Amino acid sequence: MDLKFLDFEQPIADLEAKIEELRNVEFDNNINISDAIRQLEDRSRALTESIFANLSDWQISQLSRHPGRPYTLDYIQHMFTDFHELHGDRTYADDPAIVCGLARLEGQPIILIGHQKGRDTREKIYRNFGMPRPEGYRKALRVMKMAERFKLPLICLIDTPGAYPGIEAEERGQSEAIARNLFEMTRLKTPIICTIIGEGGSGGALAIGVGDRLIMLEYSTYSVISPEGCASILWKSADKSQLAAESMGITSDRIREQGLLDEVVREPVGGGHRDFQAIALNLRETLIRHMEDLKRQAIDELLERRYQRIMSFGAFSEEGGK
Amino acid sequence: MSWFEKLVPSTIRTNSSNKKSTVPEGLWNKCPNCNAILYNTELERNFSVCPKCDHHMRIAARARLNMFLDEGARVEIGKNIKPVDPLRFKDSKRYKDRLIQAQKQTRENDALVVMRGQLKGQDIVAAAFDFNFMGGSMGSVVGERFVRGVNQSFELAIPFIVFTASGGARMQESLFSLFQMAKTSAALTRLSAAGIPYISFMTDPTMGGVSASLAMLGDINIAEPNALIGFAGPRVIEQTVHEKLPEGFQRSEFLQEHGAIDLIVDRREMRDKISSILAMLMAGRTVTLGLTEPEAELEPKPDTEPKPDLETETETEPESMTAEADDNINA
Repeated sequence: MDLKFLDFEQPIADLEAKIEELRNVEFDNNINISDAIRQLEDRSRALTESIFANLSDWQISQLSRHPGRPYTLDYIQHMFTDFHELHGDRTYADDPAIVCGLARLEGQPIILIGHQKGRDTREKIYRNFGMPRPEGYRKALRVMKMAERFKLPLICLIDTPGAYPGIEAEERGQSEAIARNLFEMTRLKTPIICTIIGEGGSGGALAIGVGDRLIMLEYSTYSVISPEGCASILWKSADKSQLAAESMGITSDRIREQGLLDEVVREPVGGGHRDFQAIALNLRETLIRHMEDLKRQAIDELLERRYQRIMSFGAFSEEGGK
Repeated sequence: MSWFEKLVPSTIRTNSSNKKSTVPEGLWNKCPNCNAILYNTELERNFSVCPKCDHHMRIAARARLNMFLDEGARVEIGKNIKPVDPLRFKDSKRYKDRLIQAQKQTRENDALVVMRGQLKGQDIVAAAFDFNFMGGSMGSVVGERFVRGVNQSFELAIPFIVFTASGGARMQESLFSLFQMAKTSAALTRLSAAGIPYISFMTDPTMGGVSASLAMLGDINIAEPNALIGFAGPRVIEQTVHEKLPEGFQRSEFLQEHGAIDLIVDRREMRDKISSILAMLMAGRTVTLGLTEPEAELEPKPDTEPKPDLETETETEPESMTAEADDNINA
C-alpha cells in the first residue's frame, strides 16, 4: 500500500497504478491500447468523484493533513511572484515552522505569513511538523508591523496541528506570543486575509488568523482542539476521534453553516494534492477578489468592520435585551 | 499512583490523588497541599489560604469578588447572558446536561462573573473565572461577559481587573469558543488605546486558550503564588517531548523567572497591592488627558447607572472544590 494514499483513496490508487502499467506496456511494445487506457481513466475519474462526493467529516480531517497536500511554499511557488523570504524574530531565533516574506500577487506587493510543514522526515523535523514556537509568532508579528508600516496587504496561510507544546516554548512565553498576535492583528492598519489551507489547529492557527476575511479550502479543517485530543479528553479514548470530528463540526461546510466563514474555495476532484496548479489558481482568484474589495475601504472603516466582526463571534441567549 | 507519578515532585503533579479528594462540607476543611485540618471560619478569615503552609486554595468566582471588592453596592454585568448549545454537542454526556449540572453545582450560569464595584473607593470593573464551572472553560458567554465588562470599564474610564482560573477553551462550543480568544483580546485594544489600566491576576490554574489570550495581555500581569500557568498542559508536554519536566515548571515563580509576569502577589495582600498600583497608573491619566480617545469620558455618566435587570450582589456563595474539572484542561 502506498503511504501517499489514505485508505479511502486506495481504490483510486489501484486503478491509477493499472493505468500507469498499461501506458508502459503501450510504450515498450509499441502497440496502441489508448482506448483501453482512456476507458480506465474515465473510470478512475468517476470513482474519484463518487468517493469524494460522500466524504465523512473524519475523512476530510484526514485529507486536511494529507501527506501530499500542498503547503505554504507550494502556494508561494504557484500563486505569487518575486518572493523574498524574511527570517527571524530579531530577538531569539528563526522558526522554520512559519514562513514569512514579501511577494507579489498579480503585481500587488503583499506580506505573506504561512505555517510550513515538511514533506520528508528530515524536513518534517526541521519544520517541527508545522508547530510554531513563540519566536515563530513573534517573527510573524514583526512582519505584520512591517505590512502596516509600508501599507501592504497581509495574507496568512494557516496549516498547523497547533502551537508547539514543548518545554522551551513555555519558557519563552508561548501564551504571550499567541495573545499578543490576537491583540495586534485586531488593530493592524492594513487589510488582512486569512486562509485555512490544511489543518487549522486551535490557538496555534488563530495566532495568525485574525483579520478581515476568513477563507477555507474545501478539504481543510478548523477546530479548537484536534479530533484526537478532543476524543481523549471527553471520551477518554482516542478511538473516538471520528465521533469527535463530527461533533465539533470542523469542516469548511460545517463552519460556513455556523456563520464564521466568508468563503469556501473548491478543490479539484480528488483534493488539492492531486493538482497543485488547479487549487492554487482557485485560491489565487479568491484572494485577488477579496484583496481588491478590502483595498477600496478606508482604513478606519476597515478596522471598525474588523472589530465588529470579531465582536460578533459567539452563540448565547440574553433575556430582556441588553 | 503509577511509578512515574511517584517520581514527579509533588509541586508539579497535576492530577495527584490528593486533589481528587473532595473537601467535606461543614466546620472543618483539609488543605490539599499539606493535609492540615483547618477550621473553616479561620480559613475564610485567611482568604482561603492555608495558615499552615500558605497554599492558596481555589476559590469560586463570587467568593473572589466578595473578598476583593469593597463592601457595598456592586452591579453585576451581563448576568442575563446565558449559554446555548450551538452544535448540539454530545460526548459521553450532552453539553446541555453538563451545563445544567455545572449550574446546579456552582449556582452560576456560566464560568465568568463580572461586577462593577469599588476597590478602596476607586471605581473598577472586576471579573472572575469560576473553575468549578466546567473547568472555568471559555465559551461564548464567558467571552461576551468579559467584553461587556471591558466596555463598561472603557465607557466609564475605570480600571478593569480579571481573576483567571481556567483550563482553556470550551471544546463543546468548538470554533465559537476558539474565537472568544480573539474577541476578548480585541476588546482589550480599546482599553490600551485609551490608557485605561487592565490588570490580569492569574490564579491556579490558567491554561490553554485563556492563558493565550486575555490572561497574558495585562498592563500588569500578576500571579498568585504557585499557580499553574501555561499554554499546553504538563501531561501533553510530557507526552510530546518524552522528558521529565523541570521542577516548578509552569508555576508562578517559574513564569516570573522567565519574564512572563510582573509580580507574584499573596491573596491576602491583593487588595492593598492592586489598589496601590492602580492609584499610580490612574494618576498619570490626568496628565495625558488630552491624548486619550474622545469617547473615553473620565466622569462616570449618570445614565450608565444600574439597569433594571442588573442586581446588586453582596452574598457569598459556598464553594465546593472538585477536581473533576481538571479534565477540561486542553489547548
